Amino acid sequence: MKHDNGLVSLPEPGMLHRALLLLAVPMVLVSLYLVFIWSPVERQMGVVQKIFYFHVGSAWNAFLAFFVVMVFSILFLITRKRIYDMIAGVSAEIGVIFTAIVLTTGPIWARSAWNTWWTWEPRLTTTLILFFMYIAYIMVRSLDMEWQKKGRLSAVLGIVGALNVPIVYMSIRWWESNLHPVVMGEGADGAGGGMEPSMFFTLMFTVFTLTLVYIVLMQSGVYIEKLRLHAKKLKAKQQEKMTG
Amino acid sequence: MSTMLIFSALVIVVFSFAFDPSNQAVSALIPGMIWIITVFAAILGLNRSFTAEQRNDHIHGFIVAPIDPSSVFLGKFIANFIFVLAVQLAAIPLLFLLFDFRVITIESIFYLAAIILLGTFGFVTTGTFLAAMSANSKSSEMLLPILLFPLATPVLIAAVQATRIVLLDLEKLSSAYSWMQLMAVYDLIFFAAGIILFEYILEV
Repeated sequence: MKHDNGLVSLPEPGMLHRALLLLAVPMVLVSLYLVFIWSPVERQMGVVQKIFYFHVGSAWNAFLAFFVVMVFSILFLITRKRIYDMIAGVSAEIGVIFTAIVLTTGPIWARSAWNTWWTWEPRLTTTLILFFMYIAYIMVRSLDMEWQKKGRLSAVLGIVGALNVPIVYMSIRWWESNLHPVVMGEGADGAGGGMEPSMFFTLMFTVFTLTLVYIVLMQSGVYIEKLRLHAKKLKAKQQEKMTG
Repeated sequence: MSTMLIFSALVIVVFSFAFDPSNQAVSALIPGMIWIITVFAAILGLNRSFTAEQRNDHIHGFIVAPIDPSSVFLGKFIANFIFVLAVQLAAIPLLFLLFDFRVITIESIFYLAAIILLGTFGFVTTGTFLAAMSANSKSSEMLLPILLFPLATPVLIAAVQATRIVLLDLEKLSSAYSWMQLMAVYDLIFFAAGIILFEYILEV
C-alpha cells in the first residue's frame, strides 16, 4: 500500500499474525465439530451441556485478558511505552466481550442445570463485578485527553481493579457460604474428575482454540490501534501543510 | 456538607414512603438502608472533592507544591471521611427514629460504631482515589459511581452483613468479627494502593 507521495506507509500486519489467523480458522471449525458432533451428549443435561465448552473457554480467556491488562498496566507505569498502553486497552476490550459471552451462556446453562437463571454464587457474582469494572475501565479509556494521561489513569485503574478481584471473590464466598457449597466441577479442582475422556479432550481443545482466537483478536486489535495512531499523525501533518 | 445532610434526610423520607415504617418486618431492611444512605451521601461529597479544585486549576498548585503527592490524597481522604461520618452521625439516628427501630443493647451500638468506621473508611478511600481519577472527565458525576460501585462491592457486602448481625442477632457475633476483618483487609489494601498510586493520577 504505497502512496505516490511516499507520505503514506501503512504499518503492515506481521507474518505471525497471518499464520495465527490461518491456524485459528480451521481450529475453530474443528472445535465446533468436536463440540457438536464428536463429543457424546451428556446423560442428565442433554444437549444443553454443549454450551459449557464455550462457557469455560470464554471464562478462562476473560480472566487471562484481565490478567494481561494488569501486567501491561504495571509495565506501562514503569516504562511509559505507548505500545503497552495499547495492549492493555485492547485486552480489556476483548476481555469484556468474553465476559459478556460467559454471562450470557452461563444463565442458559444454569437454567437447565440449576433450574434458575441466576444465583448469587461467588463465581457468577465475581464475573459480573469484573464485567462492570472493565466497562468502567473502557469508559475511562474513551475520555477526551492526551494519551499519556489517559494511559496513566487507565493503568492505575487496571491495577486497582485486578487487586479487587480476589477480595470480591472471598467476600461473596463468605456471603453465600451457608447457601451454596461450592460443588460445581467446572473448576480446575474437578475438571477431569467425573468427565468422559472425549468430553475432557473437547473441553481442552475448545479452551485452547479460544485462547488462540484471543491472541488473534489481540494482534488485530493492536494493529488497528496502530493504524488509528498513524491516521491521526497523517491528519495532523496534512493540517499543518494546509495551514502553514 | 449541608447538601449531603439534606440529601440523606430526603433519602430516609423516600424510604419511609417506599417501605411502610409501621410494619415490623421492615426492621430487617435497616442495615441495608444505613449503607444506601452512606453510599449516596458519600458519592455526593466525593464528586465535589476534586472538581472544586478545577475552577482555577488549583490542582496544579498541589502538583507543584513541595509535598509528597500522597499527602494530597491523605488530606482529601480525611476531609471526605469526616464529612461522611458527620452525615452518618445525623442520618442514622434519624433513620432509627423515623422507623421506630430499637437497638437491642448498648453493646451493639459500640459494634455498630466500629463497623461504620471500618466500612466508611474503605468506601471513602476507594472513593477519594477514584474521584481524583474521574475529575478529569467532563461528566465526572456519572463516571464516579460507575468506577466506584464495582470496586467497593466487597466492603459494602461486608458492611451490610456485619451491620445486620450486630443490629438484629448478636449471637452470631463471631461472623461479624470475620466480616470486620475482611473490611480491615480491604481498607489496608486500598489505602496502601491509594498512597502508592496517587502520584500517577496527579501527574500532568
